[in-house]
Amino acid sequence: MSGGGLRRIALTALLIALVVRPSWFAWAFAPFAPTGGPVIYERASLLSLSLNHLGLVVLASTAATAVAVTLAILVTRPAGAAFLPLSRTITNIGQTFPPVAVLALAVPALGFGSGPTLVALFLYGLLPIFENAITGLTTLPPATMEAARGIGLNGWQRLNRVELPLALPVILTGIRLSVVIALGTATIGSTVAAKTLGEVIIAGLLTNNTAYVLQGGLIVGLFAVLIYDAMIRLETYLTQRVTGGAAGR
Amino acid sequence: MLSAPGLLFFILGCAALTAPYMTLAANRIVAGDGFRAWQLAAPGPSVLALGVLAAGLAMGVLGAWPTLRVIGAALGLGALIWLLTLGSTTLLDGAGEYARVSPAAGFWCLVVVLALLLADGLTNLSPGPWARLGILGVILGLLAALLTSGLLSQLSIMQEFSSRKPAFFDALSRHLWLSLGSLLLAAIIGLPLGIACYRKPRLQDTLLPALSFLQTIPSLAMFGIMIPLLGWVGDTIPGAQAIGIAGIGFAPAFIALVLYSLLPVVANTAAGLGSTPPAAQEAARGMGMTFIQRLAKVELPLGLPIILAGLRIVLVQNIGLAVIAGLIGGGGFGAFVFQGLNQTAIDLILLGALPTVALALVAGVLMDILVALTQPHTRHVSESAP
Repeated sequence: MSGGGLRRIALTALLIALVVRPSWFAWAFAPFAPTGGPVIYERASLLSLSLNHLGLVVLASTAATAVAVTLAILVTRPAGAAFLPLSRTITNIGQTFPPVAVLALAVPALGFGSGPTLVALFLYGLLPIFENAITGLTTLPPATMEAARGIGLNGWQRLNRVELPLALPVILTGIRLSVVIALGTATIGSTVAAKTLGEVIIAGLLTNNTAYVLQGGLIVGLFAVLIYDAMIRLETYLTQRVTGGAAGR
Repeated sequence: MLSAPGLLFFILGCAALTAPYMTLAANRIVAGDGFRAWQLAAPGPSVLALGVLAAGLAMGVLGAWPTLRVIGAALGLGALIWLLTLGSTTLLDGAGEYARVSPAAGFWCLVVVLALLLADGLTNLSPGPWARLGILGVILGLLAALLTSGLLSQLSIMQEFSSRKPAFFDALSRHLWLSLGSLLLAAIIGLPLGIACYRKPRLQDTLLPALSFLQTIPSLAMFGIMIPLLGWVGDTIPGAQAIGIAGIGFAPAFIALVLYSLLPVVANTAAGLGSTPPAAQEAARGMGMTFIQRLAKVELPLGLPIILAGLRIVLVQNIGLAVIAGLIGGGGFGAFVFQGLNQTAIDLILLGALPTVALALVAGVLMDILVALTQPHTRHVSESAP
């Protein structure tokens, strides 16, 4: 376990160094650059690209979480039950849509820039969160729900104190899936002129500069892996807390 | 009995009619002027087409008769196409040689609304796997008939298509090769790995997290990292270049897709084999079956639906990811998408994106049918096992 912790710290340090002090790594990337060509990407600061990239993902995922969880709560109440089969159909069909295609289809509607990327990230991010929130809210243990009703909790209290806390780990898994997809799609967003880390990779592809491609790829890859890892640990922690609480009752 | 989703579709459909239905542009690059659905033809045909559309949407409200809802959706979609053909003739009349007409936001919103109505109605009918296959066949047949009939040939996207016919079918075959070939290779590598994971849980504990980290890496980064790697392999290993291994093109895209495919194949194979009811395993062991016999006669057949569900994830995912191959010279529909993005030619983007979406949807439905067909077998055996 401490080996994993050490690796985590080392990778985080490497990522920060790659973003903040790219010139330290010139020796490592130099063999991949074309002879006489630039080695380190300098058309934009890697820090600002990273912040932009993460900003897009955080903004889209937060909005997607808020909307998806609200919708999932609505369709799992008696009043919205008529929409439950439809919402299942929509998530099934929607998740078949390739994220890249969603991005490409957002351009005709919204033009180039960060706008279509944000909308594509948001729309695509809705689906895994919505699906998992529905799964979480419809597979609660009947005995617990019965007990909650038995001690006189009203609908709102049941939702707040019982249903949402119990469904939280499953919802978090959905958010993790959604964030991972958003990180990847935001990278491709640079093909529609969004300022993200994909820009470094694309610049490398366009000028046949493998040093750029590798640099961008490493940074994006490290971000994705570290964020994924952090979210898994958050889920484990919360799951233990929820099941621990249930066992103590 | 009114269908609440049907009511929502009716309201959304009527709202979509107020958005521009088609655009007319001076050429393929510039943005066009929008025209509403009732500005596209003479009053007579306009009123008739809009009336059929409204009737179709209204039939969607009839919650007690799912068949009528499906028919309503089909009527509505027919009216949409009719309006499109009426509109392209009217708008192109005297508009100049390079003028382009395209469907606009209103059309696309109505297509989405009616497609959802169709899907909702079909879900209510809950057809069996063979019926679903038939429905898919009918829909694809109608679509093919519509596209080859020339009814839509005046639309901008169809003009992009007809000026690129050989390139289009080239991209289609390349796209299929990328996604199906990588699925096949991933299955060849992943199935034995999944069986090994099932036998040795310790292997599973190390392999699955590693594969999930691999899948976390954003596609563009993964494709990018493959380039120097395969470039190096192509340069150093004799004969590698002769079989097409190079930094740019098909090989890096293909390998990246295979790497992404491993997790669903391995994880679902292990889960599928592990899902065998203990009683069935016990019985097989009691009959003196060896590990291989148990695998072939009990565990693989029983776990097949879950294994196939893993292959479904891979196929749909790879059809989407193969688009990225267009960025590193790997071909496929992505080439059109990124070419279109560079030229800001919207219809070229659509020419790449729409077939990709269609391929992914068809692959998803076909694999779902396959999963459903293997399922009754499972139930039958697990019921007779104890």
